[in-house]
Amino acid sequence: MDTGLLIEKLILAILLFVVSLGIAAYSTYFERKLAAWIQDRVGPDRAGPFGILQPIADGVKMFMKEDFTPTNADRWLFILGPGIAMFTALMTSAVIPWGTDITLFGRTIALQVADLNIGILFIFGIISIGVYGIMIGGWASNNKYSRFGAIRASSQMISYELAMGISAITIIMLSGGLGLNDIVKAQHGMNWNIFYQPVCFLVFFICALAETNRAPFDLPECESELIGGYHTEYSSMKLGLFLFAEYVAMFVSSALISILFFGGYNFPGMDSFSGNTLAILSVAAFFTKTFLMIFLFMWIRWTIPRFRFDQLMHLGWKVLIPISIINMLVTGIVIAFNEGWIKF
Amino acid sequence: MSIELLTIIIGGLTIGAALMVVISKHPIRSVLFLVVTFFLISSLYILMNAQFLAIVNIIVYAGAIMVLFLFVLMLLNLNKESEPKTPKYALFSSVLASGILLLVLIAAFKDSLRLQHVRLPQQKQIGLVENLGKLLFDEYIVAFEVSSILFIASMVGAILLAKREKPIID
Repeated sequence: MDTGLLIEKLILAILLFVVSLGIAAYSTYFERKLAAWIQDRVGPDRAGPFGILQPIADGVKMFMKEDFTPTNADRWLFILGPGIAMFTALMTSAVIPWGTDITLFGRTIALQVADLNIGILFIFGIISIGVYGIMIGGWASNNKYSRFGAIRASSQMISYELAMGISAITIIMLSGGLGLNDIVKAQHGMNWNIFYQPVCFLVFFICALAETNRAPFDLPECESELIGGYHTEYSSMKLGLFLFAEYVAMFVSSALISILFFGGYNFPGMDSFSGNTLAILSVAAFFTKTFLMIFLFMWIRWTIPRFRFDQLMHLGWKVLIPISIINMLVTGIVIAFNEGWIKF
Repeated sequence: MSIELLTIIIGGLTIGAALMVVISKHPIRSVLFLVVTFFLISSLYILMNAQFLAIVNIIVYAGAIMVLFLFVLMLLNLNKESEPKTPKYALFSSVLASGILLLVLIAAFKDSLRLQHVRLPQQKQIGLVENLGKLLFDEYIVAFEVSSILFIASMVGAILLAKREKPIID
């Protein structure tokens, strides 16, 4: 084993961990500022200039609160729930390519923790496990509202995973590879998938909203019906982990959307740069796209009201899945025609 | 650490988790241990360099089927009070049946101890997705298509069972 490689990957993984958590923390701040802006309020402005220290104050507050466990809760599973939620949210970022190769101290470093040749399947695997955090947490609380939240979360996730998977297959067909690096490289030179697959993008984006439990799909924690949904009984940092996991998941799915549809770290005119300049610019381009996606997520949350649960199921099964299947079939036919496999 | 040692450790853990599925008193815990078992089996696949199989095992079993199991269990709200009493003869017959199954399994696998010297296939790339796809769509195309027909048949069956009959209007 190459020791240099080990150190390099370790540093990259720790950096990724810190960056994900930092972005998640400041997403909460920007979400509140954005909500305030949309609703013509001021938003948090007490902690530091423009309230910029608010996430830190919130974090400290979360840690200081009493950590309460309900009497009839399943103790171990009650602890395990938020842990799984956070773990799965963070793990997805391991396969995401953040930029082109960078050269430091005479070593070429790929800005990706693991270049799996099944990268996108890995992400879908982790996403499909993500629901366990909510289910276990909601069940272990031993509260009817929590359990309703958990049941809603699981049925929602299962329904929207299908359409999401099918639209991802369409993208895989276009780029001819399962690794995220292959998908990004196939979009080089403004060949972004959004221009070829707008319908697919729409389906994928709606499913991503549903998978991260963001409004208008936040029925598992819908406070007007279920108090707090699956985290009703949680307090202190356990609640913090649940809330935080949602923001980390939002960050990672924004990153995933910008990889699948907006060319990842590609940007117009990237061929005129090389070396470390290119690497830094590509990382900047990638983060710009990701932040714009996060902004879109937040914008939607403060604009569109929540669905009713039967409308949610209706949209998932009777609208999104047929659209994505038809889209996949049409894409397949067009590819086969272009490659000359079928002739008229 | 060598691959053999890892295989033994993970294999032991797998058996432990599988036993916990049976031993656990609460059905939800059983399901969760089953999820752990699937993860350990997937890690065994990864040790054999069959990454695609490993991740599909997680997506399909741990991610979809077990979530549905948990979903149903949560809806049913099983506990000690509502558990139906199992008659004595049913207990006796289930012990008998599983004993016979154990006997058959031992008879089938007892020869595998002699196969210890057989190594894994030398082609390290056999489990990767490109090779798997080529095999499935070339050499085993008939079996693949037949199994997909089977899937469609079961899907149609499930929809037919779930479909509510139209109320008769006079």
